[in-house]
Amino acid sequence: MPRTDLRHNDQARQGASSSMERRMSTPDSDIKVEVRNLTKYFGRLHVLDDISFNIKRGEFVCVVGPTGCGKTTFLNLLTRIYSPTRGDLFIDGESADPKKHNLAFVFQEPSAFPWLTVEKNLRFGLEIKKLAKDVIDERVEMIIKMLGLQDLRDRYPHQLSVSSEQRIIIGRAFAMHPDLLLMDEPYGQMDVKLRFFLEDEVIRLWQELGTTVVFITHNIEEAVYMAQRILILSTKPTTVKEEVVVDLPRPRRFDDPDFVAIRNYVTEKIKWW
Amino acid sequence: MTQPPSTARLSEAERVALVKRQKKRDKRTATALSVLGILGFLLLWQAIAASGLLSERFLASPLEIVGLFFVKLVDPSPDGAVLGVNILSSLTVALTGFGLAIVIGIPLGLLMGWYRAFDSFMRPVFEIIRPIPPVSWIPLTIVWLGIDLKAKAFIVFFAAFVPCLINAYTGIRQTNPVLINVAKTCGASNFTIFWKVGCPSAMTMVFAGIRVALGNSWATLVAAEMLAADSGLGYMIIMGRQFARADIVILGIAVIGVIGTLFVALLNVVENRVLGWKKQ
Ligand SMILES: Nc1ncnc2c1ncn2[C@@H]1O[C@H](COP(=O)(O)OP(=O)(O)O)[C@@H](O)[C@H]1O
Ligand SMILES: [Mg+2]
Repeated sequence: MPRTDLRHNDQARQGASSSMERRMSTPDSDIKVEVRNLTKYFGRLHVLDDISFNIKRGEFVCVVGPTGCGKTTFLNLLTRIYSPTRGDLFIDGESADPKKHNLAFVFQEPSAFPWLTVEKNLRFGLEIKKLAKDVIDERVEMIIKMLGLQDLRDRYPHQLSVSSEQRIIIGRAFAMHPDLLLMDEPYGQMDVKLRFFLEDEVIRLWQELGTTVVFITHNIEEAVYMAQRILILSTKPTTVKEEVVVDLPRPRRFDDPDFVAIRNYVTEKIKWW
Repeated sequence: MTQPPSTARLSEAERVALVKRQKKRDKRTATALSVLGILGFLLLWQAIAASGLLSERFLASPLEIVGLFFVKLVDPSPDGAVLGVNILSSLTVALTGFGLAIVIGIPLGLLMGWYRAFDSFMRPVFEIIRPIPPVSWIPLTIVWLGIDLKAKAFIVFFAAFVPCLINAYTGIRQTNPVLINVAKTCGASNFTIFWKVGCPSAMTMVFAGIRVALGNSWATLVAAEMLAADSGLGYMIIMGRQFARADIVILGIAVIGVIGTLFVALLNVVENRVLGWKKQ
């Protein structure tokens, strides 16, 4: 059932000839997100310091860095919740704009709408995007099934446990079928079992939809498990200290010696924060 | 693929059911206590009246008031109107003023709270008018508008308008910024965010404001009718005093109380509709 929907989406994507042309005409056509000389001050607090990097289309990037270094700030800049002090961010070669680009953001804080039921929470973004009702129905059903929310669909968020609420928020983001998925420490307060399950779900979504994923975490093991590339940030004023390419086959195993080697390497890098 | 944990789901359903049962029991106890309280109050009143501690001229018993209620339904003395006319007159004024206050005050408060420019424009005027107690408008209103429906409705409007506006304003200001950002990152326009996030999250405060407004408007109405009216429950009370009819005064008070209670009950029904998600 979801598969037909996905194919549909692909056709739609390929049908958008104008974006195809632009992609082919520019040399950077495989770049989804471009961060150029990004600098951010909050008053006198220097948070981000002249950061530049690219994220490729369809890439899975994890960002790790010390608390308060500006990871959330970076995502807020990318979604225009904040404006950069200097520099800019581009999505598909255009100045980033959530109205134009189909992105979804899983916030660090609980962000389910308390006055909406689980199901209506899942519909929220799709209704904002004004998708057809049958498309919304289908997607929401799929997400409800995927996350095992059948019994909770008419509940309100405050009736759920914290981890169930977070499942809704993640489902809400998945339902958007975003081509850029931003996740800010989404699994921080979840039990291990659910976390492993949802990590695999994000990977599955990423593989099926070709979504570009930016995943912020403080859990190095999680980063190595998921990422194609890990960006290690420094302390404030923050720069990208190092990029680590994780070139392991999937599904990855925590006890694979290569996995352990990369994990230890990243851990070593952040030890002297 | 791993299954989502089914044990957590089960225990959660159980938890909800348990809480629900507990709440139901608490509610039943509370209802029983309220009924007991009212009965106790009426009994005490009846007992005091029957004991002759206070002369009949000052205190009529509840049973006498009930009797008078039926008499007053058809007898226009001493104030010149039967009870139904007085009630209708008061209700018309109250609902006009209160209704206008809601229709104007709440949207205005929401807009002021959401849109900066609108706030800067409206706020100074509002801040000047706000601290003036509604009853102090009565003399001026009489001069301007006389003592007809318009005049009293205006005073009631004023009394109800302020809490409606303030609460709507404060409520929407307290919207959780994370929720605003969720809508923003979905690509929602500012107005859509206002409508789909700001307004619903302001509703708790808005209803608290309506509750205050309801009390205010009912109280102000009676005050206005005591000063300037030729019918209405307030007028009936004043006439009762002039004719030294304590029973008429008490009947007036009782009817005002009962109608006020009915309003609050009605408001509760509406509030449960809108804010039901909190109680589930
Ligand atoms: N809106 C804001 N106003 C002022 N300072 C802020 C604001 N948002 C974040 N900061 C500061 O910027 C720094 C980076 O914050 P944040 O991006 O949340 O860090 P993290 O990497 O933990 O997500 C912190 O020192 C924080 O106090
Ligand atoms: Mg953060």
